[in-house]
Amino acid sequence: MWDYSEKVKEHFYNPKNAGAVEGANGVGDVGSISCGDALRLTLKVNPETEIIEDAGFQTFGCGSAIASSSALTEIIKGMTLDQALQVSNQDIADFLDGLPPEKMHCSVMGREALQAAVANYRGEEWVDDHEEGALVCKCFAIDEVMIEETIRANQLRTVEEVTNYTKAGGGCSSCHEGIENILTRVLAESGETFVPGGVAIAAAKKPAAKKEAAAGGAKMGTLARIRKIEAVLDSIRPALQADNGDVELIDVEGNTIYVHLTGACTGCQMAAMTLGGIQQRMIEELGEFVKVVPAAKETLVSMGA
Amino acid sequence: MSDIYLDNNATTMVAPEVFEEMKPFFCEQFGNPSSLHSFGNKVGFALKKARQQVQALLGAEHDSEIIFTSCGTESDSTAILSALKAQPERKEIITTVVEHPAVLTLCEYLETEGYTVHKLEVDTKGRLDLDKYRALLSDKVAVVSVMWANNESGTLFPVEEMATMAAEAGVMFHTDAVQAVGKIPINLAESNIHMLSLSGHKLHAPKGVGVLYLKRGTRFRPLLRGGHQERGRRAGTENAPAIIGLGKACEMAQAHLEFENTQVKAMRDRLEAGLLAAIPNCFVTGDPDNRLPNTASIAFEYIEGEAILLLMNKVGIAASSGSACTSGSLEPSHVMRAMGIPYTAAHGTVRFSFSRYNTMEEVERVIEEVPGIVAKLRKLSPYWGDNGPVENPDEAFAPVYA
Repeated sequence: MWDYSEKVKEHFYNPKNAGAVEGANGVGDVGSISCGDALRLTLKVNPETEIIEDAGFQTFGCGSAIASSSALTEIIKGMTLDQALQVSNQDIADFLDGLPPEKMHCSVMGREALQAAVANYRGEEWVDDHEEGALVCKCFAIDEVMIEETIRANQLRTVEEVTNYTKAGGGCSSCHEGIENILTRVLAESGETFVPGGVAIAAAKKPAAKKEAAAGGAKMGTLARIRKIEAVLDSIRPALQADNGDVELIDVEGNTIYVHLTGACTGCQMAAMTLGGIQQRMIEELGEFVKVVPAAKETLVSMGA
Repeated sequence: MSDIYLDNNATTMVAPEVFEEMKPFFCEQFGNPSSLHSFGNKVGFALKKARQQVQALLGAEHDSEIIFTSCGTESDSTAILSALKAQPERKEIITTVVEHPAVLTLCEYLETEGYTVHKLEVDTKGRLDLDKYRALLSDKVAVVSVMWANNESGTLFPVEEMATMAAEAGVMFHTDAVQAVGKIPINLAESNIHMLSLSGHKLHAPKGVGVLYLKRGTRFRPLLRGGHQERGRRAGTENAPAIIGLGKACEMAQAHLEFENTQVKAMRDRLEAGLLAAIPNCFVTGDPDNRLPNTASIAFEYIEGEAILLLMNKVGIAASSGSACTSGSLEPSHVMRAMGIPYTAAHGTVRFSFSRYNTMEEVERVIEEVPGIVAKLRKLSPYWGDNGPVENPDEAFAPVYA
């Protein structure tokens, strides 16, 4: 069973704004029946003010798809169309106190329905630019299509490079076999062979880091512990910088590590995922349970919370 | 009111009698069965008894044909990989599109290693075409691996007949009988089945124990080499308490075989009839005339399975679904798709699987609760109008696909 938040359950058991709005002047139909989700969003927009006076949804989908639809309608009611278009899928997920990584696509569907409905109201045609594949990296919620496209666009050759460009594989590393298979397949398109060099090096480095953590363990001094935390952040930094983002250590209080995501990470839809991945790495490297949370409360809800 | 457990194809409760049988083998009789002293010796005898209990349920000719493993998946892997290693000149495998991932995922991996895998397709009722199967049998085939009963629909395959066809062609035959053992009569001594997998936790034994049946004389290569346990065919210290529990569970399953095919079947049939009568636009998947007595797989059209399960869970009913969302994958159940069930129904399939611990009162409660749940979700569905599916559902709601 999924680890759904109370908020998700609440919006699933008692969804708000279910059904089509009467006199709707904006309709958005999106989804994918093959992955079991489809959503029709109906909006009643005041033509004078462009304020969304009413919103309703009809959803064929799982618990989190229904909850995301309900959350979306609650968020956008009373907004102007321009305000509503600023709503990201992360805003929908945050409204629900987070979604499991496998279910983030439900919030993406909500945002797309909104864009489609607004386009319909404005008499424009909405084109979906988002293709979704099977989830490969669960720590950072990166799917197959994203990895394939990044490999092609940047001529990537190793798992390490894939991690640096997409963050996929940068957490628990159990998806490395899957990434290798994708590399093998994509490289074969251009007649190349995947050489698993990068993996061997990465694997050779690992035990050293483990030993350090084991030696330090729970008895690690405060300074050593903070240095270790900095070192983990440093190792993740290149991946974030590749996306024009960065991370900064703000404070450590007991087992809570406060960080600040900066640059492109600010407001990024995947920020909560990124924190979840950083937390996973911290737990592994420090050999203790820690929570990684954003320093400023208003930024984002942590995955661990 | 206590919760109703109708997910026995996923796993079962350990029978209290089984648990009692296991108890002394944790803190009192903890010896290693390989040891000479009395600590080990007693455990050794208990394992021998368990082996005979399993042998009896399977109708195996010899107790040495029973190899204890850690689970059904290990038994499947051991069987298929053994057949390939023992016959390196044979590079083909025959299986079906509806196998459990324990077999399918392994076969897909073996394809990348250069093996050719033939996957037999099924018709809309989940049945195989035996003529197509016959045509594939040749001296290039190392092993046929076909499940006895499907875990999702309960549909039975004619494995005994297929094993005979394989034997006539000189091909090894393995069956994943994880769902079948304990639910239907099995007599391996009279069959041409070379290898069979079973899993303890599907028949009221604990998790973490399985069996590979290996017909005497079948060429074999172990998956795990090391100790002399299981006559060198599966090294590693025996999970003695679980094996002893499995023995007791097999004895009990044999005693309840008739109950399973009368009382349990009656509960399943009542549930199906009740739900089908109360809910429009739903149907039974698989082959209703030829299936396990305990399994009902019902597709509720135009709604999604996980949502059904969550609402059932809220009123204390546990079942499972073939929807994509329950597994975290993007595709609905490969079994439902293989039978050509449309996406709008495949996502709404719910499997109710019974055990001898269920009651008719529970069935009546499920029949009372589920229609309301289906109606509630259909009210949210873009495919559903006021009193039934919208006209031309595919045209009325045609989302932009992601």
